[in-house]
Amino acid sequence: MVEIPEHLRKRAEEARAKAEAAKGGSTADVVEATEAVTDAPSENPNSGDEKIPAHLLDRGVPASKQPPTKDPSIISPSQTGPQAGEGPDGHNQRLLTVVKAGSIQDVKTTPTDKVHVWPHLLIAEFLAALAITLFTTLFSIVVNAPLLELADFNRTPNPSKAPWYFLGLQELLTMFHPMVAGVTIPGMGIFLLIMAPFIDKNPSNKPEHRKFAISLMTVHLMFWAVLVMIGSFFRGPGFNFVFPWEGGLFFEL
Amino acid sequence: MAETNGDKATGQALKEKLGQVGEKVQDSQTWAAIFRPGSIFRKGYTDSPRNRSYVIMNSVLYHLHPVKVKRHAVKVSYTLCLGGLSFFLFIFLTVTGIFLMFFYRPTAAQAWDDIQTLQTAVGFGLLVRNMHRWGAHLMVLTVFLHMARVFYHGAYKPPREFNWVIGVILLTLTLLLSFTGYLLPWDQLALWAVTVGTNMMGYTPVFGEQVRFVLLGGVEIGTDTLLRWYTLHVLMLPFVLVIFLAIHFWRVRKDGGISGPL
Repeated sequence: MVEIPEHLRKRAEEARAKAEAAKGGSTADVVEATEAVTDAPSENPNSGDEKIPAHLLDRGVPASKQPPTKDPSIISPSQTGPQAGEGPDGHNQRLLTVVKAGSIQDVKTTPTDKVHVWPHLLIAEFLAALAITLFTTLFSIVVNAPLLELADFNRTPNPSKAPWYFLGLQELLTMFHPMVAGVTIPGMGIFLLIMAPFIDKNPSNKPEHRKFAISLMTVHLMFWAVLVMIGSFFRGPGFNFVFPWEGGLFFEL
Repeated sequence: MAETNGDKATGQALKEKLGQVGEKVQDSQTWAAIFRPGSIFRKGYTDSPRNRSYVIMNSVLYHLHPVKVKRHAVKVSYTLCLGGLSFFLFIFLTVTGIFLMFFYRPTAAQAWDDIQTLQTAVGFGLLVRNMHRWGAHLMVLTVFLHMARVFYHGAYKPPREFNWVIGVILLTLTLLLSFTGYLLPWDQLALWAVTVGTNMMGYTPVFGEQVRFVLLGGVEIGTDTLLRWYTLHVLMLPFVLVIFLAIHFWRVRKDGGISGPL
């Protein structure tokens, strides 16, 4: 992923704006602008072309396509470089081909706009942690956790309720056989949740492209939320339906 | 007048002395051993792009965060910090839970009395128990909302599908942690809530009764159940959760950070 440093991008933008303003005017400004743009590598990947001298490009052409020399035994040094053993330490180097930058660097991603984790993300995280600590502490000062009387196997409270997040299941228990309500339905729920990415093959994450998935999830979440609400606030003695404003509240957290 | 001048002079001398001590500490081998080369505690911090990178790069935070993230990722409105808050609440619950462990014995004869004593005779005992309880409910809520957020952003789609699976496991573990903790006060609320919950478990086909027997440590809830659920609550489930958390966080980064904007 090519990422343009922020200051370089800014410089390039300024230069471009300047060039735009001075269009047709002084040529010096335009030159400066193109220079600034080439600072950012992905802006102009073909800019390397101009930097390869023409005579080097000629040598990249295969020998069979080059104009034949008069005498094959005499190889002109200008075409093949130094003779064997001519270079330092008896080596010689020969330019075989010139590979243009554009042909090997396939830039697929566009530069993304990024910010430093410190301070931008860390401060947000710190403040969130601080806020929730503050909230929990203040709430704990004001509201005490329930501690009812000692557990007694001989006295079943009426109603007996599960923790709130299981009250949806307990609510289902009033409608279905315990195996269906307590095992099959929650088991299927968790299984479907795990399988969600393998069932939903739609690659888009845009809400307008996935109306079905979003509706299904919303219905599902609402279904549980309503069941939990009913189980928590609308069930009284014998787990019978009561209105909390008439029969009182039978709910402990 | 002379006295104030003298005070000023001694103040100046003290300042110099402290500065020297500070330099000496920063030059010592111990200091160098603690802080990595390039750490801001070693070379000082002035705000520059390079130093901003060093803060992450040369600290343990590098395991959790890259040096840079996409600009939309730091928008609070995108994530609402729910995943981070769930993790923070886990730490918060570990800290308060360790405090509670000092005063609690998981037997039917002692558990309820211990909590009563904790609330009435231990400094901050009631407050810390409250924080643990409300923090736990809050964590169930944040984990749940985090899941909903991820779903609505379509962030479970490739390449993040495996991390979604890990996430569902983490959600289940969170519920189990909360549920095992529910029994520990050993009051009427705990006993009968757990009775309702485990009765449902007994209806699992084929091995339901066996699972129930193993979890309860007998055919019905008793002091053995308390010991089992205590061990699950303070040791086994957190241990498993931490392993999955590590994989979860690692995958968040390996899958390209948090998902893109809608």
